[in-house]
Amino acid sequence: MSDSVIGQPFTRIDGKWKVTGRAKYGVDYYFDRLVYGVGVASTIGNGRVGGIDAAEAEKMPGVLAILHHGNIEHLYHPANQFEDQSRPGESRPPFEDDRVYYYGQFVALVIAETFEQALDAASHVRVDYEAKPPVVRLDRAAQPTGEPQAHQARGDAESGFQQAPVKLDVTYVTPVETHNPMEMHATIAVWDKAKQKYTLYETSQGVVNHRNVASQVLGVPMESVEVISRFIGSGFGCKLFPWPHSWLAAIGSRHLERPVKVSVPRTLMFTTVGHRPTIEQHVRLGATQDGKLLATINEVRQSTSFIDAYLEDCVDPTSMLYSCPNVKGTQREIRMNTGTPTPMRGPGRTPSLFALESAMDELAVKLNLDPIDVRLRNYADKDEGSGKPWSSKRLREAYQMGAERFGWKRRNPKVGSMRKGDEILGWGMATMTWPGHRQEAEVHVRLLADGTARASCATQDIGTGTYTIFAEVVSDRTGIPVDKIQVVLGDTSLPPGPTSGGSFTTATVIPAIYQASDKAVNAVLKAAAKYQGFSGADPKSLKMTQGRVHPQDKPPSSGVPFQEILQSQNLVGLDGKVKTGPTDEMKKYSIHSFGAHFCEVAWDPEILRLRVSRWLSVVDGGRMMNAKTARNQILGAVVMGIGMGMLEETVYDTRTGHPINNNFADYMVAVNADVPELECIFLDYPDPVLNEYGARGIGEIGLTGCASALTMATYHATGVRIRELPIRIEKLMAGSVKEEN
Amino acid sequence: MQAFHYEKASEVTSAVNSAGTPGVKIIAGGTTLVDLMKLNVERPTGLLDINGLPLDQIEKTPDGGLKIGAMVHNSDLAHNALVKQQYAVLSQALLSGASPQLRNMATTGGNLLQRTRCYYFRDTNYACNKRKPGSGCAAIDGFNRMHAVLGTSEHCIATHPSDMCIAMMALEAVIHLRGQQGERTVPINDFYFVPGTTPQRENVLAPGELITYVTLPPLPSGTRSYYLKRRDRASYEFALASAAVVALLQGGRIERVRIALGGVGTKPWRSVEAEHVLQKQQPDEKHFHAAAEAALRGARPLHDNAFKVELAKRTLVRALKTATSNV
Ligand SMILES: Cc1cc2nc3c(=O)[nH]c(=O)nc-3n(C[C@H](O)[C@H](O)[C@H](O)COP(=O)(O)OP(=O)(O)OC[C@H]3O[C@@H](n4cnc5c(N)ncnc54)[C@H](O)[C@@H]3O)c2cc1C
Ligand code: SF4
Repeated sequence: MSDSVIGQPFTRIDGKWKVTGRAKYGVDYYFDRLVYGVGVASTIGNGRVGGIDAAEAEKMPGVLAILHHGNIEHLYHPANQFEDQSRPGESRPPFEDDRVYYYGQFVALVIAETFEQALDAASHVRVDYEAKPPVVRLDRAAQPTGEPQAHQARGDAESGFQQAPVKLDVTYVTPVETHNPMEMHATIAVWDKAKQKYTLYETSQGVVNHRNVASQVLGVPMESVEVISRFIGSGFGCKLFPWPHSWLAAIGSRHLERPVKVSVPRTLMFTTVGHRPTIEQHVRLGATQDGKLLATINEVRQSTSFIDAYLEDCVDPTSMLYSCPNVKGTQREIRMNTGTPTPMRGPGRTPSLFALESAMDELAVKLNLDPIDVRLRNYADKDEGSGKPWSSKRLREAYQMGAERFGWKRRNPKVGSMRKGDEILGWGMATMTWPGHRQEAEVHVRLLADGTARASCATQDIGTGTYTIFAEVVSDRTGIPVDKIQVVLGDTSLPPGPTSGGSFTTATVIPAIYQASDKAVNAVLKAAAKYQGFSGADPKSLKMTQGRVHPQDKPPSSGVPFQEILQSQNLVGLDGKVKTGPTDEMKKYSIHSFGAHFCEVAWDPEILRLRVSRWLSVVDGGRMMNAKTARNQILGAVVMGIGMGMLEETVYDTRTGHPINNNFADYMVAVNADVPELECIFLDYPDPVLNEYGARGIGEIGLTGCASALTMATYHATGVRIRELPIRIEKLMAGSVKEEN
Repeated sequence: MQAFHYEKASEVTSAVNSAGTPGVKIIAGGTTLVDLMKLNVERPTGLLDINGLPLDQIEKTPDGGLKIGAMVHNSDLAHNALVKQQYAVLSQALLSGASPQLRNMATTGGNLLQRTRCYYFRDTNYACNKRKPGSGCAAIDGFNRMHAVLGTSEHCIATHPSDMCIAMMALEAVIHLRGQQGERTVPINDFYFVPGTTPQRENVLAPGELITYVTLPPLPSGTRSYYLKRRDRASYEFALASAAVVALLQGGRIERVRIALGGVGTKPWRSVEAEHVLQKQQPDEKHFHAAAEAALRGARPLHDNAFKVELAKRTLVRALKTATSNV
């Protein structure tokens, strides 16, 4: 295995294209006669458009069209039932009627010859509204009735809780958080009238899904839409499903018979392309005096829009993470005047673990137990939710290794007891977890007569390293060096591949790349049987290593480069194309990654300054495919976790429903100065059931648990328990003043 | 953003003439102005670019002070050896502001005139007396966590966001202006207005008047200074509260002290009250707390920013401690 490329710290194969500007992102394409669409967005949070007066704007220089609900061509509701991948971000076609459901909803689109002309004209479109008060806070929203949208139960949780000698009953709140990838949403739509075909240049985490939804919304056959997204400036979930601007660009292009570019400005990144909903979790834990859980109850309320149901499932981990006889989880969606929420890195589990892991720490404090100890006392040896065995779980080892490396033994549990210079230190830890999945993927590998290989699939690389993983697997199976492998992704004309989300892309594409590579190699071996040197040989007696074909029982040096065989038969290349999907074996197991975060905060009580000073993550995430890109995912997630814990919150003006901190200066995420050196260890145990290499995917797990590790460290330093994120100066102040009294 | 015409000024006299044209705005680094133009808050019909003016030098004055050209970039000023040596508080304040990229663009003159970050000022869909006199103030009943607690009125509660100006307040800088009427100088303490009933009037600058220089008077030898800024994250954020302290100790007592606060005032906030409390006193915790109390005595907290009162006090106490401790 030592000479395998798998797991090596390969630099991304697309890195050089990106840093030299050769990688073309969606809006980098240019077409003859390209024109620009700028949206007019609602400035009320609830109500109706009374009237749109575009007369002045229409007369402005360069203006070609102003589309709104009074004149837009027909668009359809996506049905969301054909194919696996056909989910929209917001299901309402733009400009469907005069209703305004949220602030920053598109109500008109101005298309002009230049971007500047469109922008100027957009500010001259007069929109009258009939406004009603918006609802943008959970506690002011109408409470839901009827069945919960998610439900988990085993045993009798209520009586388990009642009878438990130790009880914890607390509520945790996470605010709306808004993903803001560096590259904003944008679409260039090119309508080809002769072919009756749309080509959409997108920034999409799922080109196939986008194409499928587009074909419904635009009302054309599937083959009449091609979606291209070769490079993506990240997504964090907000680019999983298509949003209204994409349909506006398409319809504009058809209307004018010219290519149309529509970009979503940063301000509207906060309204019309999804966000993590605000979530309130009422957690009750019942336990014995020695910290064994008797009941775990999590009653969850979350926001969604008036347009769409959206579930951010926080109750699933309630049932699987710990061993507990009585469990109940219910979750209800509450309608608010925001755009439709959408998955944001680590959906469900990230907010869920903030609550559950915080509660475990509060239980530990209550019982005067070490927080790791409490977790070990409730260690789940199987998934008690599904009843299935784990495919692989090394969480115990993660806790132990983390504790050792972090020096956990030296932790004095007394609040405010640990010091460094003038500052007080606080230590926290939390569990992380994320499910392993695998979906369908089809991959085409061609070994070419020039000694290179080409692999293609309509999945995409959102910046995580998917291009590089493809090259690694092909190289591993064929022996062709990584730099001689061309990988083509992000185009629906390629064989269908998975969405880049849920941390399942790697696990999903591996089997298809692996098997397609082997199939291509077999085709070469078959051809080799007709090659002079091997003539008459049984292909099974041959083998391809280091790109050379040779008899099984002889070294590679005795054979010939595979391209010679292709050349000798005048073949351009030999192919393998394989479609793979979930297996029956997978159904027998509960497949999850686990791990633990350890962190330290430094607290300067006099000036109320709290900073993160140390971080260690130990990850049991299956086999790492690339040490470099894997580490990058965890570190990136922890940076995001520091932001989530300490800073992030979308603030709505309650009068208008407007997210008023809708820019990078006012919406706080962690900057470099907030982030200490981050350490990350991978246990690297292959998952035996998920795929050939045992890789599970690690895009999201790193974010789970971060916020609870931070609030635990904060409590340890300050004595203030933050149950409503983010941790803020005024909350620490209020809490510490209370402590002093 | 609307179309505008653009002119480059090459010398001060003609610049002053062009700057007087109605609708024309001076552009220096553009980091405030272009931002507000994109938001349609500023809608100039013409821009006068003063980047070509010979106002980019930092020189020693005959009296031992410093003369800073209006076009000196914030980063150059912050890293200037004389500034670091003699006016450390100014260097620290500059480096605590914005980001390196912004500081490379931002100028001394522009920084003095930067506008508030009030959400409602920056969005033309809201009532704002500063942007549109008489329209009301959306911040008073809105989300006002970032707003001021000192110098507010019922017409405007917007914070002056600059860090540089806070240090300059404590250094008693003098602003040199040039208009069609000629030259004049204004001590920075008299340069800014509190909002009162006319929040649209922020300073004494007359239409078309140009800031040419800022001078810093020399400090008595042995003077020490310090700037402390508190905010949610460690960098790239405006102050929630900050304090600039310039102090001279003699014989174990405070001989001379200048104090200014940032992030809490509707203008860069000099606290003469706090200075009085400390005059001739021992530099100890008791007096520092008393000074902080005096500085914030007039504070009028609102729904979301009450914490700033306490935060500003603690920030000032720490700044005083640091500036007067033996290092
Ligand atoms: C994201 C962001 C974060 C920031 N963070 C901070 C921070 O933490 N702390 C901080 O202090 N500042 C911060 N700033 C503000 C920054 O310091 C100011 O924008 C900058 O100093 C303005 O200088 P400028 O040269 O770019 O001004 P410009 O934008 O060019 O001009 C500003 C105004 O001054 C006028 N003007 C400029 N020069 C002259 C002159 N010589 N005479 C007369 N009028 C003139 C212009 O007409 C305009 O009205 C931040 C800005 C941004 C965009
Ligand atoms: S605080 Fe001042 S700047 Fe802000 S909305 Fe009110 S008047 Fe306008």
